[in-house]
Amino acid sequence: MEFFTAQLISAVKLGSIYALVAIGYSIVYSIMGMINFAHGELLMIATFSLWLLLSAGVPFAVAVVLAVIITAVFGILIERIAYRSIRNAGESTQIITSLAVSIFLEALCQAIFNSSSKALIIPDVFSQTFKVLGVTVSVIDVVTLACTAALTVAVVLFIRHTRVGKAMRAVADNQEAANLMGINKDRIITTAFVIGSVLAAVAGILYSGKYTSFSNDMGFMLGVKAFIAAVLGGLGSLTGAVAGGYIMALLEVFFSGYLPQGIGSYQTAFTFLVLILVLLIRPNGLFGSSARERS
Amino acid sequence: MERPKLTDNPLFRFLTVVLLPAVLLIILRTAGGSYYESVLILFFINVILAASLNLTNGITGIFSLGHAAFMALGAYISSILTLSEKMKQTMVSNMPEWLAKIQLPFVPAVLTAAVITMLIAGLIGLAILRAKGHYLAVITLGMVIVIKSVLDNASNLTNGSRGLSGMAKYSTLPVVIIAALLTLYILYRIRISAFGRSMVALREDEDAAASLGISYRSIRLLSFMVSTFFAAVGGALWAHLQRTIAPSLFYFNETFVILEMSVLGGMASLSGAIPGAAILTFLPQILANFSTGFTIFGVQIPQINGLTNIVMSILFIVTIIFRKQGVVGNSEYIVSSLFDPKTYTGLFKKKTYEDFAFAFRRKQRSTARRLNKQTMEGEGP
Repeated sequence: MEFFTAQLISAVKLGSIYALVAIGYSIVYSIMGMINFAHGELLMIATFSLWLLLSAGVPFAVAVVLAVIITAVFGILIERIAYRSIRNAGESTQIITSLAVSIFLEALCQAIFNSSSKALIIPDVFSQTFKVLGVTVSVIDVVTLACTAALTVAVVLFIRHTRVGKAMRAVADNQEAANLMGINKDRIITTAFVIGSVLAAVAGILYSGKYTSFSNDMGFMLGVKAFIAAVLGGLGSLTGAVAGGYIMALLEVFFSGYLPQGIGSYQTAFTFLVLILVLLIRPNGLFGSSARERS
Repeated sequence: MERPKLTDNPLFRFLTVVLLPAVLLIILRTAGGSYYESVLILFFINVILAASLNLTNGITGIFSLGHAAFMALGAYISSILTLSEKMKQTMVSNMPEWLAKIQLPFVPAVLTAAVITMLIAGLIGLAILRAKGHYLAVITLGMVIVIKSVLDNASNLTNGSRGLSGMAKYSTLPVVIIAALLTLYILYRIRISAFGRSMVALREDEDAAASLGISYRSIRLLSFMVSTFFAAVGGALWAHLQRTIAPSLFYFNETFVILEMSVLGGMASLSGAIPGAAILTFLPQILANFSTGFTIFGVQIPQINGLTNIVMSILFIVTIIFRKQGVVGNSEYIVSSLFDPKTYTGLFKKKTYEDFAFAFRRKQRSTARRLNKQTMEGEGP
């Protein structure tokens, strides 16, 4: 039972990170119809910014806020420089461009900071532990969960109840009609990238705060997994992204914890097989609407 | 009388795609020594990999990011088949006995590996080819992760993450040249057959193609299988060049390198594989000289880690923004000139030489006229 609880808690931690990143994918996809493969690199940018700011002696709270802002600026720049000109190009062009941006950012980071892994030193408060139901939990785990919950609720409220949120939904629904109604598409897309970047920045900081070590290749794999989480839940649906994130983490953690010895190490393979199975049965994901063609 | 264009002239075609490359090859081979030889071998293997990726990504419009996975299967299966029983038993603990006993010559081993890979790809394709576009891209990327995970963990077959080593160096320059030419020839014949034209039709408009009786699922599946067959051949040749393989060598990095070749050269054309592979094979070798730091006009440039990656990704982004279709675009000039019998039979006809001389002179005249005009404009008030 204790083992189970421990597994569950680690799945929830991981799932929160996936959920935050997956929401970013989902929002950008529903508005631009493209997948930003460079989204994962935003986690890297956030972590490296925080690390630099902390080593420059900036107080932790200020550094976190600045790191989030820097990441958002990068998000805007990526969209401006690389994606704006290919917005109406074919799908494969979009995939290639975002992959190229991802490779570029990672290589740039490697060139500046080299590829060795670095240690992120966060205040001691976060690494203190206490016991819940006989399982050790650290403060950062609680913070992770709280941040995810707060940000998810904030994003949902923003999209449902503000003017800009309404405009975002309109653009996602029908770009041309939204344009005719006087909605500035560029501004909406920028907003989507800012939201995605902020969520990714928080996820990156929480992730590297938890594992305390990070390197320039931290973003890509996390990004791919979070994207798969978004697909699992149904791209374009916020509920789907969150649910997908947690399901993905549950699968991963429980596959590695409970599969019999010998095949337990195949956990990544199993997680992807589940994804393929889900897509075969429900091509639009668990929470996706069937209206939009999967293309 | 209408004279044919210079690019249609057999003599011109022969000079540009057969004679010139052959001379370049001989010069590089004799002047460069053994280091250049292995770079050249790598180039021809890359041509195979890029051309086979172009078949799915550019020609059929199945955007796959999973090429490295099939390359890995080809490399592993062929290596297991060519290694001797004794080597396998010392390297891989408890490999199934029947498998350890098998030892095949190089060519049958490569072909077996390619066929097995193709069949595996067929099974995978049945499941994943229902997806399209972005979804397919991510699923195929996931496939790279799955295959690596299997290679890492099936240690009684693959020796886990330590990989296999000690394969004989079968991939010599003549072998890879023949393999690359055969690959290009087969892919070219497929490309100009009804099958190949159905692929293009599907890429352009699925509904219109379907209305003409082209089966969406079977054409896509077959194209995917053919592509993976040659990916496996490329992987097998690669394994027998490097002589050491490990799962981590067939991961995202490799998949992206092949993709960059394909995109830079021109995804929609088999010919694009050649300039693409050339850029991605030779440029990193040149850049490697600079990555340790160098002096330019008296300015000391410090060592840059991963310079190759930065230059490559910038080149990649710039290409997409300014020349999305790659170096050669849609043109099949290289491959069609190489394999069209007329290129060779035309050399024995007098008309070829007359046309060549005429076209050449016309070109000269027009260049002269253009230059003249420019200088006159320059001298104006």
